[in-house]
Formats: sequence, structure tokens, C-alpha cells
Amino acid sequence: MSVAAKTERALIEPERTIWRPQIGQRQRQGKIWSAGFFVATLSAVLLLALLLGVLFIRGWDWLSWTLITEMPSRAAERSGLNSAIWGTVWVVSGAAIFSFFVGVGAAIYLEEYAARNWMTTFLKTNIANLAGVPSVVYGLLGLALFVEILNAGRTVLAGALTMGLLILPIIILASQESLRAVPLGLRQAAFGMGATRWQVVRAHILPAAMPGILTGTILAVSRAIGETAPLIVVGAAAYFPYRPDGLFSQYTAMPVQIYQWTGRPQEEFRDLAAAAIIILLVLLLSMNAIAIVIRQRLSSRKRW
Amino acid sequence: MAVEAPMIRPVPVVNENDSDDLSTEVVLRISDLSVWYGDFHAVTGVNITVPKNRITAFIGPSGCGKSTVLRCINRMNDLIPEARVEGSILYHGHDVLAPNVDPVEIRRRVGMVFQRANPFPKSIYDNVAWGAKINGFRGNMNEHVERCLRQAALWEEVKDKLKESGLALSGGQQQRLCIARALAINPDLILMDEPASALDPISTLKIEDLMRDLIRNYTIVIVTHNLQQAARASDQTIFFSLNENRQGVLIEGGPTRQIFTNPEDRRTEDYITGRFG
Repeated sequence: MSVAAKTERALIEPERTIWRPQIGQRQRQGKIWSAGFFVATLSAVLLLALLLGVLFIRGWDWLSWTLITEMPSRAAERSGLNSAIWGTVWVVSGAAIFSFFVGVGAAIYLEEYAARNWMTTFLKTNIANLAGVPSVVYGLLGLALFVEILNAGRTVLAGALTMGLLILPIIILASQESLRAVPLGLRQAAFGMGATRWQVVRAHILPAAMPGILTGTILAVSRAIGETAPLIVVGAAAYFPYRPDGLFSQYTAMPVQIYQWTGRPQEEFRDLAAAAIIILLVLLLSMNAIAIVIRQRLSSRKRW
Repeated sequence: MAVEAPMIRPVPVVNENDSDDLSTEVVLRISDLSVWYGDFHAVTGVNITVPKNRITAFIGPSGCGKSTVLRCINRMNDLIPEARVEGSILYHGHDVLAPNVDPVEIRRRVGMVFQRANPFPKSIYDNVAWGAKINGFRGNMNEHVERCLRQAALWEEVKDKLKESGLALSGGQQQRLCIARALAINPDLILMDEPASALDPISTLKIEDLMRDLIRNYTIVIVTHNLQQAARASDQTIFFSLNENRQGVLIEGGPTRQIFTNPEDRRTEDYITGRFG
């Protein structure tokens, strides 16, 4: 036995008596956990795949231009989403414009101007809570406030404002987050040159935060596209075969139309609803894709 | 076991260009300055006089409050919600800490250069032009931008790419861009918070040469961790340290030559020769 091997033995022998490394067992434990996590991921993905599969099987034959170009009708084969698509465009654009300006304004106030006291903390906490309120509650609020008290009736305006309120907290939170992420160095540099707070916000902080604000807004808007409950409460029409022609027009919307079709006794209408859902999903996924592209484009231009 | 001998750094060489004459017009007179962060009394009892057209260097160990004092001068501590400042800072006789003073008014006359070069994510041209624009500059902007970049010794390197992003420059160039940007507001006093700490030795020397040029027209206060830099570049040196309560205090200040060759306080001598810090 060489001297080196002898020394090693002498070092290792007493170690055996007080240390139990059990590396094999520790690694096995890790493998069991990772298998568990994999199963969790797999079941989520499988359920989603199953859902999409059923949708496509049922709806595929019903996907046609008729679905996009035609108005709803009593006969399933002549029915389309045209009025619902336009209704969604009106309501969601109205909601987006309203909540973007109000939301970004509120976020700028809370992050850049508000004094750091308990009142501001209270406001911030409650805005975060508002983002978690069920959407049907916003529907009831909209019904009381816009439809009844402001007497807007069952119009695009009432729907857009209600939907705007629903996504407002999400936009405020996303905007606050991206305003907070603007590096301190940029603020200091701008303030250090004798800029007023508004000049700093306008020229540096808002442009730097804009990618995050836009991403948050688009994600909020795509949530609004899919919302059904509040629109039913504030009176989107179940059957409305016309394009809305203004803010005070009646309207229907895609998820409302889908909901209405799924409630019909005829099997064809449920297949038609599946096809309509595919269109809605394509719309949502494109919105999310746009959000991702905007974020990538704008953030690759900047680095600190 | 052998006891290691304390490592003693050679005393830095004082530049022959430095001026011992600190009796020019007073730009800043800081009296009895104290700073709190929340309940923590971070800096206490600081008195400094900054003479015109001279470089004043703040040196001292980490956490001794030299940056804090610097940031009081242009009220940058206002951006830290829990910071509180007491005492007085007379800038040409006007107290910048007085409650009715708008910090924007001071920052207009006081340029600042930060530790980490922080150009705006805009073009080189816009980096320089923005400060002038927001402060109501009505002259010829192209000439103004060129003049500031020339003063910051950057013009020759960037004159063909003024439209490119300021962030595309090297670290040393970015810091000189930040100096040009500070000059663009036509300041009278320039504050520098460790401007060369993230730069290589050649870029550092460039910045020091630049500072020596600039004081013909400006007054500079610089915070530095680099004793050689303070010795080479500054005319007046202020040494800060921590007292027994871990508060930043001013130990002594005076002509750089005197502080580095014949300090009065034992702590200054220990710090400069490397027995402390």
C-alpha cells in the first residue's frame, strides 16, 4: 500500500463512524419529488390539450367565413358572430382607452407623487385587492352605477365602462410595477439636472416604463375580451343581429353569444359555439403574442 | 506563528499643479450639518468651506457619510423619503436647506456626476441637449452640445455618431458624456460622487486631467475612495471618518499638500498611510 493510500485510509476510517452521507438515498428522494412535479405539470398540460381537442373536434366542421361575416340567426348553419365581434371590438376598445389613461395616471400618482404614508399604503393594498374581486361583482357595480344611476341603459358605453373598471386594477398594478423598475440612477441623473418631477416623469420614467405598461394593458384587455358575466349583468343582448353604431347603441359580445348558443337545445348550436370559441381563442392568443413582441422590441432597445 | 507586519502604503504623490491657495471666493459654506436616515444619525457636525475654481476632495472609509454630505449640497437626499437634514449650506450666501427653497433652483446651478455612469437611454446629442432644453436654453443647441462635449474631452470621439445611443459608448466615454451632460446646464459647481471608481486607470487619468481643465471655469467637489486620485487631482482635502457611535464626522480638512504630508490628526495619518480602512 502506498503512503498516500494509507493516509487516505487513516482519514476515512474514523469518518465512517460519525458521518452517514447516504448520498444514494438523498438522490432518490430528489428523484421522487421531481417526478411528482412532472406529473403536476403534465396533468395541467393534458387537461388543456383535452379541452382544445374536444373544441376542435366539435367545432372544426363549423369553422367557416359565414361564422365571421353573418349575423346570428335562428338556423345554426346561417348563424354568425359578426355582430358579436363588432360588439366586442366596441366594448373592449372603449374599456381599453378608458382604463389605460385612468390606470396609468393613477399608477404615476401612486408611485411618483403620493407621499409615502399610511394612506398611500392603504390605497395600494386595496387596488391589489380589487384585482382579485370576482368579475360578476363589477357587473353589479356597473348595473347600479352606469346603467341605472347615470342612466346609460344597456349600451356599449355602460358595457365599456364596466369592463374598464374590471381591468383598471390590473393596469394600475402592472404600471406601478414597471414604474418601480425604472433604475434609480436614471431618476437621479434627471433630477440632478434641475428637472421638475413632471419633466423627469415625462422624458425618462414613462418612456422607460412603457414596455411594461403596454404589456400589462394588452394582457388586461385580453382578459376583458373573454369576460362574460359582467356583460350579461349590464345587459349585453342575447340576440342582437346588428353592428353597434355608436356608444349609445345596444350590443352583444363574443362570449355572450357563445354562452347563449351553448344554452340552446339543438346540438348544432353547441358545435357552432365550439367553433366560435376557437375564433375567440385565436383572438386572445394573437393579443398575447402582440404583447410579447412589444415587450421584446422595446426592452431590447434599452439596457442599463 | 509569525505576526504579519501591517501593510503600509506609500504616501501618495501630491501633484505639483495643485494649488495651496484656498482663499478664493467662497462658493459653499457648510455649517453644522447633520443628516438622519430615519432614527439613525448618520452624519454629525460637519463644517466645510469650498473655494471657487478649486477641487475639493472628500475622502474617508466606507460609510463615513462623505457621499451623504455631497448629496445634501444639491438636495438629492430629498429623493430618499426617510432622510432628514439639519444645519446650513450657504451657496453664494443663500441657504439651500431653507424650507422655502425649491431644490430645482439649486440643481440648475449645480451639476452632478454619479458613481456609475448613467447616461439617459437616448442619443449622445440628446443626452447633452436635454438638460439645456428643460432649463430654457434659447441659444444655438448644436454649438452648445459641441462646446459641452469638447469641454468634456469627448467631442473628437463622438462627433460622427451624435445620433447613436449614449449607452453604446465605453464606460470611460459614458462617464465623460455624463460630465458633458452636467456641463450642459451651465453649472457653477460640479459635484462628483466617485466618478472614476468603475473605470480603468487610463480612463481615470483622463477624468482627472479633465477636472484640472474644468476648474478654470468651474468649482468641483469630488468624493473619492482613491487616495492617489485625491492627492493628484485635488487642491483641498476633507477627511471624514466614523466616531465611536458609528456616525460620520469630519476629522480634518485643509490644503491637499498639508493633509497628505503633514496631517494634524493621528486618524488622518493612519488612513493615508494605510493603517486603517
